[in-house]
Amino acid sequence: MNQKIYKSADEAITDVCDGATIMFGGFGLCGIPENLIAALKKKGTKNLTCISNNAGVSDFGLGLVMANHQIKKMIASYVGENDIFEKQFLSGELEVELCPQGTFSERIRAGGAGIPAFYTATGVGTLVAEGKETKTFDGRVYLMERALKADFAFVKAWKGDSYGNLIYRKTTRNFNPMMATAAKVTIAEVEEIVPLGSLEPDQIHTPGIYVKRLIKGEKYVKRIENKTVAVNP
Amino acid sequence: MTPLTKEQLVKRIAQEIKSGYVVNLGIGMPTLVANYIPKGVDVVLQSENGILGLGPFPDEQDLDPDLINAGKQTVTVLPGSSFFSSADSFAMIRGGHIDLTVLGAMQVDEKGNLANWMIPGKMVKGMGGAMDLVAGTKRIIVAMQHCDKKTGEKKGPKKMHAPPHRGWSGKLNCQ
Repeated sequence: MNQKIYKSADEAITDVCDGATIMFGGFGLCGIPENLIAALKKKGTKNLTCISNNAGVSDFGLGLVMANHQIKKMIASYVGENDIFEKQFLSGELEVELCPQGTFSERIRAGGAGIPAFYTATGVGTLVAEGKETKTFDGRVYLMERALKADFAFVKAWKGDSYGNLIYRKTTRNFNPMMATAAKVTIAEVEEIVPLGSLEPDQIHTPGIYVKRLIKGEKYVKRIENKTVAVNP
Repeated sequence: MTPLTKEQLVKRIAQEIKSGYVVNLGIGMPTLVANYIPKGVDVVLQSENGILGLGPFPDEQDLDPDLINAGKQTVTVLPGSSFFSSADSFAMIRGGHIDLTVLGAMQVDEKGNLANWMIPGKMVKGMGGAMDLVAGTKRIIVAMQHCDKKTGEKKGPKKMHAPPHRGWSGKLNCQ
């Protein structure tokens, strides 16, 4: 069972080649695969298509890979926290597909579940609907949206075992569980690798079948994007 | 007519919240609505990054980077709360299970179309979850101030220059 466990992030991503499509878990900087992103930056792989809800900030998260000019195309829902994104997009260096967040998460879920397309009312009558088929069900117009799949998914969990079963903590779950199902090769980084049998089967969020490689993250910065504390009278 | 202050505006919106509602508050001014929900009104706040049962902001010693709201602010949760994936969260939203959402916007037109995610050639931020909230929530309130902070330009023009979300009928609270 231990063949899924890799020694380092570098070792886990050796076959990620130029032009690959990669999904990245995380909402803002919460629940992002910090160690795999750092390894990808170090590797310098180019012309990537990145599927990630956000683009990090200019000096952390996926922003590091973007600042290194490794990304050709981004599929995302909100990129407003990264100045480099805006610069690269407006100058034409970066191709962008913006997708409503619920449609984005469902496209990934569908990709992992063997559903090639689905209908949603989100985006009807907006720029998002351009060039897409529509169909009316029960008097309401819906858009057809295609599933998303990737060559690799980089996901971050709290705990994992040698079979690749994963448990996420609090709001770090976000897009990670769907992405884990929607790539040819899912690489998970965790804070702790626990002995097989110690995770309660009822509590597992991502069953190990989806995870091909597992590493224990070397370190976690867990940068807080917007620290907010209670104002006490 | 004197425009309402930001505080008056969020107080007014808070009066629309009824006991038993599940409410999603957008980023920025809408988040402030939570501070003015009248006492005795029992609501559950949903955050689209995967929380039902959002609580107040934490004290310094309780900061947890693994627990944020949709505005990426550190938060807490209340007893009875739950965490879930983004797919589950938007199933909740798209499926019509959220009673009310309060959203910000760049511009709103007279028909209630709202624009909040890009200005062609100038700025691109993305729509995040706003289009799904607009498509799936039972009731929508747009919270915005009438004039742009920098230019003084009215945000509620007859014709918009930013591409809108369309096809919704929401209640407008625009002052």
